Amino acid sequence: MSHTNRVLTALLAVALVAGCGSTTKGSDPGAAGGGTGTSRAADPNAPIKQGLKIAFLPKEIDNPYEVIVDNGGIAAVKELGGEGKEVGPSDASASSQVSYINTLIQQRQDAIVIAANDPNAVAPALKDAMGKGIPVVTYDSDAAPDARQVFVNQADSEEIGRSQVRLISQQIGGSGKIAILSATPNATNQNTWIQFMKDELTKPEYKGIELVKIAYGDDDDQKSFQEAQALLQSIPDLKGIISPTTVGISAAARYMSTSPYKGKVKLTGLGTPNQMRQFVKDGTVTEFALWDPAELGYLAGYAAAALASGQISGAEGETLKAGKLGERRIGKNGEIILGPPTVFNAGNIDKYNF
Amino acid sequence: MTSLLRSRESGIVIALVAVVAVTAIVNPGFLSGQGVHDLFLNASIIALLAAGQCLLVITRNIDLSVGSVMGLTAYMSGQMFLGNQGMPMIVVILAGIVLGAVCGAINGALVAIAKVPALVVTLGTLYVFRGLDYAWASATGVQQVNAYQMSPSFLEFGSGSVLGVPNLTLIAVIVVAVIAYLLKNFRSGRELYAIGSNPDAARLAGIPTGRRVFTTFVISGGLVGLAGVLHAAYFGTINAAVGSGKELAVVAAVVVGGVAIFGGSGTVLGAALGALLLTTITSALPILGVPAFWQRAVDGAALLVAISLDRTVMVRLAARLQRERNRARA
Repeated sequence: MSHTNRVLTALLAVALVAGCGSTTKGSDPGAAGGGTGTSRAADPNAPIKQGLKIAFLPKEIDNPYEVIVDNGGIAAVKELGGEGKEVGPSDASASSQVSYINTLIQQRQDAIVIAANDPNAVAPALKDAMGKGIPVVTYDSDAAPDARQVFVNQADSEEIGRSQVRLISQQIGGSGKIAILSATPNATNQNTWIQFMKDELTKPEYKGIELVKIAYGDDDDQKSFQEAQALLQSIPDLKGIISPTTVGISAAARYMSTSPYKGKVKLTGLGTPNQMRQFVKDGTVTEFALWDPAELGYLAGYAAAALASGQISGAEGETLKAGKLGERRIGKNGEIILGPPTVFNAGNIDKYNF
Repeated sequence: MTSLLRSRESGIVIALVAVVAVTAIVNPGFLSGQGVHDLFLNASIIALLAAGQCLLVITRNIDLSVGSVMGLTAYMSGQMFLGNQGMPMIVVILAGIVLGAVCGAINGALVAIAKVPALVVTLGTLYVFRGLDYAWASATGVQQVNAYQMSPSFLEFGSGSVLGVPNLTLIAVIVVAVIAYLLKNFRSGRELYAIGSNPDAARLAGIPTGRRVFTTFVISGGLVGLAGVLHAAYFGTINAAVGSGKELAVVAAVVVGGVAIFGGSGTVLGAALGALLLTTITSALPILGVPAFWQRAVDGAALLVAISLDRTVMVRLAARLQRERNRARA
């Protein structure tokens, strides 16, 4: 009892200091990047506190993908004897999460786990939370690095980008024209992946592959459909399409499955097994990839509980014990990586249900 | 007046031919069998929505809740297949039409009986229906229904075609033809124009305006319900967000199609052509190499051109009628 009290007092004191720190450091770019995190004292052997209240704030509350992620996180919190809940806006606009963060601060949650709709719009509110001693974990989509302690990244962006090129290269036999069907033109994660795809394509083993076009389907079914049609029509000798977005790949697959291009033009990307099952079985798609969203939430849930219990502070080099996932090392800028994406094909797709 | 309307529709056709011709010069594939097939397929659902919306706009009303009603019916078809994957297609389609018509009846009752302006009523129901959709998805925990959970024959119907004409296009063409016939040849159809031209005069002339407006909302709602089911069959992926933001695309199609936004004039054929023109532009832009950033701007510009044209034509027409009246008096 006295032990927990002491830890609490220490945490509070540190949090107050960290809070002051964050407001003054805001204007100093040199101190950004987990600056507040490192000033906290972490005790790797501290026990996980019981009855932690941890809130998950997705980009939008009814996005099926985010719901799977958050359910994974809530399961993790329950495993640790705490109470997880999901709250959030019904639209994914930049500022819609701010009022939810403020409410969570007022409710004195023990930690906030958030997929940021915009890295900067949520930053002031998140800094406010950290200033009041509430640890912040981002997942899926990061906030500004000085507005959270830990970012749980679904997969290394570099690995995602490069693995997509490997997948399409295998499928088209290492040569020919390819195109990318992305989400919105200014989506940070999409553009980072595309950068790494382009970089991967400069390697000598891919010299036969030419990236001729990047199209944007805005993560809208109809628009993605039409963009896929346009790619196939305007590039008659197109060999393959990479669509690193779940909406894009399923819309493109749906179109191709009933068009003359089925089987002739290869399609790969990031999709969920449930959405793609039919198209893998009918031969439209050979292989595609994704990380397991429930595991992403699970890891974020563990990270939040560990932060709230003082086990970790978000500093580089610390180790996070994450239940069934084993241990993860905290990397640069407080980033924790879930692992390489899983590749799905006709052989394994029926083992997954998400 | 009829020649004027006809000229308006031929105007859209000319614009359509121009867009297609320019795009086909850049890429002949645009006019291939598959290319034309895709153009009609893309426009079909919007054309159905535009046909219903056109009826409402003619009576000087509007329905902003179409996207939400469409989402609700699409989600319901998904739920029906989750209950029983072998559910006969006709049952799903009829259920969708009925649910859409019920939503339309709610809108219609508020507008026609409670006399609240349609813009406000349907803005409210836009949020209410979408909220119900989200609540349904949250309560059942079914955030998304995927193709493999639906009946294969339903999906085949959604992307199938008869003699090269997509099934969805056939449905849209039949619906537009029937509505066009009713509007032109039926007394109640003509009365819709009278209501839109001057609601008070229409009431004084003995037209049951309330009942007509209510019926129009129900019919339009039924069409939206049909469109929602077809969306489910066509895309094979349904979540609670289906149809978000569709209302603006539909109103744009109706206005570009020459249906006056203040009621009293326009044809359902024009509205359907407006839908075809706007979706064709969306398909043509990426082929012409226009960066994605510009597409919305181009859609908006098309809308502004259409409205300005309408305005010019109206002003000229009014001036001509005035001249004729003066001459007759003299």
